[in-house]
Amino acid sequence: MNIDLIKEFRDPELCKGLLETLDRELDDELRFMEVCGTHTVAIFQSGLRSLLPDKVVHLSGPGCPVCVTHESEVNAFLDLAEHDDVIIATFGDLMRVPGHGGRNLKAAQADGASVSVIYSPFDALKLAAENPDKTVVFLGVGFETTAPTIAATMVMARKQGLKNFMVLPFHKTVPTALGALLDDASTRIDGFILPGHVSTVIGMEPYEFIATDYDRSAVITGFEPADILKSLVDMVRWRNEGTAKVTNNYRRAVADTGNAKAREVLYSVFEPCDALWRGIGLIPGSGLKIRDEWTDMDAIVKYGIEITEVPPLPGCRCGDVLKGVITPDQCPLFKKVCTPAKPVGPCMVSTEGSCAAYYKYKVD
Amino acid sequence: MSEKVLLDYGSGGRASQRLVSELFLGQLGNDELNRLNDAAELQVSGRIAMSTDSFTVDPIFFPGGDIGSLAVHGTINDVAMMGAIPRYMTCGYIIEEGFAMDDLERIVTSMGKAAKKAGVSVVSGDTKVVPKGAVDKIFINTTGVGDIIVDPAPAGDRARPGDAILLSGTMGDHGLAILGTREGLEFEAAVQSDSAGLNHLLVKLVQELPEVHVLRDPTRGGLATTMNEIAGSSNVCCELNETDIPVRPEVSGGCSFLGLDPLYLANEGKFLCILPEEHAEKALEIMRADELGRDACRVGTVTDTNPGKVVMVTQLGGKRLLNMLEGEQLPRIC
Repeated sequence: MNIDLIKEFRDPELCKGLLETLDRELDDELRFMEVCGTHTVAIFQSGLRSLLPDKVVHLSGPGCPVCVTHESEVNAFLDLAEHDDVIIATFGDLMRVPGHGGRNLKAAQADGASVSVIYSPFDALKLAAENPDKTVVFLGVGFETTAPTIAATMVMARKQGLKNFMVLPFHKTVPTALGALLDDASTRIDGFILPGHVSTVIGMEPYEFIATDYDRSAVITGFEPADILKSLVDMVRWRNEGTAKVTNNYRRAVADTGNAKAREVLYSVFEPCDALWRGIGLIPGSGLKIRDEWTDMDAIVKYGIEITEVPPLPGCRCGDVLKGVITPDQCPLFKKVCTPAKPVGPCMVSTEGSCAAYYKYKVD
Repeated sequence: MSEKVLLDYGSGGRASQRLVSELFLGQLGNDELNRLNDAAELQVSGRIAMSTDSFTVDPIFFPGGDIGSLAVHGTINDVAMMGAIPRYMTCGYIIEEGFAMDDLERIVTSMGKAAKKAGVSVVSGDTKVVPKGAVDKIFINTTGVGDIIVDPAPAGDRARPGDAILLSGTMGDHGLAILGTREGLEFEAAVQSDSAGLNHLLVKLVQELPEVHVLRDPTRGGLATTMNEIAGSSNVCCELNETDIPVRPEVSGGCSFLGLDPLYLANEGKFLCILPEEHAEKALEIMRADELGRDACRVGTVTDTNPGKVVMVTQLGGKRLLNMLEGEQLPRIC
């Protein structure tokens, strides 16, 4: 990304003007949810949260892939790490996610498990080639953003004839989760700041039901303060006009139609399935499983892994935080027994989780 | 085939002696070290600053430095942050069996050069060779001592509301250079470690401005961690202006790509200076006159509003905490 372009979207004068417009044109409360964890952090890091008018209620949604990785999924990859012949390949932010008894991949690694933090799924192929007597299992966690690259990696593995590379598929899909939130009677969301990265792949169409079926607005948004403010101003204006729209304010990175090639590779390897979301529970059709033609690379099949509901953590209100029913500081455990050092619930686990962001950035 | 370090070299016998006399004394030797006594006999009096550090950096050679010079810089900088002139240091090498002799020579030579440049004598040392796999290539421990030349010495608990917070240069260079080399990442522009001995500049600073309250080098954990330590020790709020904190565009770009924050990355040639407001300009003048402080700038003010916390005033004028990191920074999924 061009640095000068980014500077433009951080311009204090531009942002000040947008904040004034927002304040002037907003005559009632606006409850907006940013879906993506990167937006959560951007809103705090830029100091935007401390500058938004009081009438703007900021909610963080279920768009942090680490946060929504279900306990039973975490348990599955921790169990897999115990196998002597397995090397777990993962992005770094899964290393601290706690499973049963607070155990995580960092602890497993200290106990002798082979865990390799990688920067690209293709690095996992290299790892597999270098360790022919082991099976490299890549932890397929994330949304539509990462799924195409992982699918492409599987295609590459087959081309290279690698027999010791597998994926543990725990991907989730964003629009399906937003539908589930809007169907939930406990939520009150006026509009969504839609994720930039996910949208580069899926485009605008999968979100259109938000306006047509639910009469709420949603804007695909970049990660700079002016991007976020412009989307909020748009949503306020549409509401004042008595309408709801889904639009793309991030055209410098996201095509309205998304990336057809990425979707093609994604859906050549994966297909929709039901998925468990940490803190929320089962959302039908919100996951991606490996298609039958690719079973030879499916670690769920090879290792007979079963993903099941587990009882919610006592006192933890992460589900309500992820749904925007409460803000993190309204949870009784926040900052008391639940901290980044000892996270109780998913939202405190990831650096992009909403509770972790409140803990880390909010000036009391 | 090039020569390797064998277990024999750490046996204490002739092989060890040869290694010490031919390599270590050749590069680090001085009157005291050359005596090869069990301990060094030193002339010290009054208040001294002493600091020890172990260096386990991976990779051992990186753009802008290596583990040998880093082991000197890290320790003498810590001594100098106490308002002291570093005089002597020790070094302990733990080497993995099979380590390339050429690399060892390169490291010891680099250590010798760094010590000489800093005006510090290596007066005692130790070499151990351990079986393959017992350490990762090479670890070095160094201890340094120096005479404290100001009273009271700068300390982490001396920051006071109203003090100015100064920084000697850009943040995150060392941390990103190490990470980039370790992971084989290529950045748009070369990122170099800032590893350097700061003692000459620091001595000049405290000699001219003994009123300095705090000196710290933001090494592991970076600026954010160091500022939090100071805010906690002094029970004050350190308020920083985001726009004033210097970060090279290539470091900023690399961090953005990896999902890292340069303010948590290690620095090995920078320092923080907190001192009464009225001396801020003079301190900046002294720092900028030195090559190692040419990018020095004021980055904030000590206040009494949120004791124990570091508050960042963002480019937009909003406020957020700059908290301590929980564990190491890990690249994110998306």
